[in-house]
Amino acid sequence: MTTIAGERIPRHGSRIIAIWLVLTAISVPLIVLVLGPHLPPPNMTVESADQRNANIVMTALLVPIALLVLVYFIYSFVFFRETSDAIVDGPPIKGHAGAQLLWIVVTSAIVLALAVWGSYTLIAGAHGAGGGQGPDPAAKPPGYQHALPVQVIGQQWDWTFRYPTYGGIETRDLAIPDHTLVAFHVTSIDVTHSFWAYELGVKADAVPGVDNIAYVNPRHTGFFQIRCAELCGLWHGHMAKKGRVLAAPAFQAWIAAAQKQNASIVKYLPKYSRVYYPLPLRRAG
Amino acid sequence: MSRAARTLAVAAGVAFGTALIVYYIVSYLTVAPPVVAATGSKPRVHLTLQTVPSFGNAPHPDWVSYLAQDPRGKWVHSTVLRVPAYSRVDVTILQYDTATGLRNPFWGQPRGTIGGTINVDGKTLNVLDPNLASHTFAIPDLGVSVPLKGVAKGAKNPCSVAPCTLAQTHTTVTFSFVTGKPGKFRWQCFVPCAFGFPLGFGGPMQSIGWMDGYLMGQ
Repeated sequence: MTTIAGERIPRHGSRIIAIWLVLTAISVPLIVLVLGPHLPPPNMTVESADQRNANIVMTALLVPIALLVLVYFIYSFVFFRETSDAIVDGPPIKGHAGAQLLWIVVTSAIVLALAVWGSYTLIAGAHGAGGGQGPDPAAKPPGYQHALPVQVIGQQWDWTFRYPTYGGIETRDLAIPDHTLVAFHVTSIDVTHSFWAYELGVKADAVPGVDNIAYVNPRHTGFFQIRCAELCGLWHGHMAKKGRVLAAPAFQAWIAAAQKQNASIVKYLPKYSRVYYPLPLRRAG
Repeated sequence: MSRAARTLAVAAGVAFGTALIVYYIVSYLTVAPPVVAATGSKPRVHLTLQTVPSFGNAPHPDWVSYLAQDPRGKWVHSTVLRVPAYSRVDVTILQYDTATGLRNPFWGQPRGTIGGTINVDGKTLNVLDPNLASHTFAIPDLGVSVPLKGVAKGAKNPCSVAPCTLAQTHTTVTFSFVTGKPGKFRWQCFVPCAFGFPLGFGGPMQSIGWMDGYLMGQ
């Protein structure tokens, strides 16, 4: 208690801080340990796991800030509520250089630390975070020279996939081997699409004339969803299918079957190119 | 302005707005193409379609389009097709358009058909030279994709007004596929054949009843 003009006033600031500390001590571990494993995206690849970790860290940092605001609001609502008809002025508010300095230092430290950490993980941990880095990625993962190239071709309204190291075959289905670095070369042959492989942590724009490279390193086998995340016309909502991460032997069997199944069209496919340009319309009617 | 005049103006505005909304809803509900049922009965039915280079009629006489033949043999300007589930569907497509070529040659290989082949003018093919294709008939969710061979440029007796007749120059493409569980599956042409639109994918390529439609498996 402090005394102002002979009136005993509780230490509201200390109370608020105490309540906030208790709630934070309870909430943050719950966020990290209980909610964290369920935050998106699933950790099917090294990159998506890194994105999930980023979401956990961001949530764990945001919750104390949100709690501070909420506790202050609710505390004020309860204790500073004026119930009588008399209008009484509150105690004078004075500046506090120490508190102001602390606020500036703490908030600046949080923002700068997030910027440094985010930049580092974007380059070193997430290898570009699956967003596609254009034709010359700045964040190359170790061993990128030996990554399995898979070309993703967006077109109105479907996805097809080319495997240049397997004779340049093209398929309607997407399969990749687990524990193998994969370089998606995302492009389009008409309008702009966006290749979104949710569980892989990839969402890369597919732009005609652009080779947009996104790396993934699958950690376990399973299915993943593929969507188009760029409104591209009538059947945009139908540009969805399931891809698969297969164990290495299963992938070899799958690619062999795909080569056999698509053999008759291979000779008509254009030579593998990192980009394609929509041909002028030749229709005469 | 008097109070009565203001009231009248407001009432007129509200009535006009309501009429616009009703017109929009009615128009939306009535522009949907009719459903055309396949002929025959489960477990084997037949669909007959035709592709025309220009519809030749209002509202878009210069648009490329599909048409479907109903069980009475009448050609209907529709791409909403009804087939039974868990059945074999034999398809005949009369193709009257010239070759456009495929933007993605990958679609030159028939997929999802029984035997992985199609029959073009009596010849069984497991691939069509993509440069000879005019359109495709594709139901992506069923894995069906069929290239349609175009007629030669300069061919005699071309068709320019739908419905086209058997006497006019065309190619005949036949194939079969199997339907699975009931559902509503979109189908489309993968050739950028909408002349005059950006990249050839506007107008009829984005319109149900022209080069896109639904396969209703029931």
